[in-house]
Amino acid sequence: MAKGVKPRVKVPKKATAGEVITIKTLISHKMESGQRKDKDGNIIPRSIINTFTCDFNGQNVISVELHGAVSTNPYFQFEAKVPESGEFVFTWLDDDGSTYTDKKSITVA
Amino acid sequence: MKISNLHRLVQMAATASVAMGLAVSAHAQEEPKLIINGEQEMITHAIPPAYIDGLSESISGWVFRTKETQALELDDFDNPGMIFVDQAQELWDKEMGPENKSCASCHGDVSSMKGVRTVMPKFNEKAGELWTLEDYINDSLTTHMGMEPWGYTSTEMTAMAALIGNQSRGMPMNVAIDGPAAPYWAKGKEMYYTRTGVLELSCASCHEDNYGNYIRADHLSQGQINGMPSYRMKNAKLNGIHARFKGCVKDTKAETYKPGGPEFHALELYVASRGNGLSVESPSVRN
Repeated sequence: MAKGVKPRVKVPKKATAGEVITIKTLISHKMESGQRKDKDGNIIPRSIINTFTCDFNGQNVISVELHGAVSTNPYFQFEAKVPESGEFVFTWLDDDGSTYTDKKSITVA
Repeated sequence: MKISNLHRLVQMAATASVAMGLAVSAHAQEEPKLIINGEQEMITHAIPPAYIDGLSESISGWVFRTKETQALELDDFDNPGMIFVDQAQELWDKEMGPENKSCASCHGDVSSMKGVRTVMPKFNEKAGELWTLEDYINDSLTTHMGMEPWGYTSTEMTAMAALIGNQSRGMPMNVAIDGPAAPYWAKGKEMYYTRTGVLELSCASCHEDNYGNYIRADHLSQGQINGMPSYRMKNAKLNGIHARFKGCVKDTKAETYKPGGPEFHALELYVASRGNGLSVESPSVRN
């Protein structure tokens, strides 16, 4: 697991049925490009977040593939329609095989 | 008939242009406000202390940035500097060193640091010299925790300075320049107005005489440090006060002073005093 990785998600706690809400996600991650060399001249292996997904009650909301040249601490903001109460599950996949997840519940009144 | 119609048309046009003129001037007066998380308003404009000759108004660097950069500081979630504040919070609670003590072992919750940033740098009686926030942090590490000091501009140090500064967010800067701090302040002031480097620029050349103007693609601010440490888009990390000074001196094509050295200590006190009255914004967002 890369050092200093911490997912952060902002989802409103409440919404009305069918409301379009804004979701913000940020993960602190170095996004090592694979182009840099260490002090001894060896290439530092690439280690970036390569996939980001968000699911709501088992249904996919957004799925993103990331490649090189994406900056450190990738930030995503997107909108989702919430038909019912449930749970958002956010997943980030790292090149080194690690998976980072976060969950947020929302109540539909 | 035709003439009177034309007359009316001209009149209408005149009224319209007056109305438009009013709208434009009203828009120009509308200064954006820095309200963080929709609840905490920062003081971005202040009357500088009487001992500052060159400024009629102290203005936070936030005011000089583009709308997009400004927006990032309005919400803690959007502010990338808060990542480092979070990391420093973990460090604050982490037991470290041979004594197995954390910052929290002595200081308790970090909220006890409220107000600390507003008076930094200040003269430390025991040491007999001017200390910055970084000096106080390193003193805690070495004297009380038995650890090696952190590098003055290291990631941990800058993050910790941001966490401690964050506790005072919204409070006005209020450094003391009298008593034992006076000679440091005088030295800092002299540095501020002394032209250096191949380009023969003083701090004042840009940040007093030309703030608000562009120097090539850069929109010059007053160089206030109330928002430090700052998250800069340029290097995607937090930048401490002395690291920023170093960048500025380099821009004049001069040999820079050492971050943490006596010169930058004096300069920090003088520059901080120019912003007395502005809110602490740590961690601010700049380009």
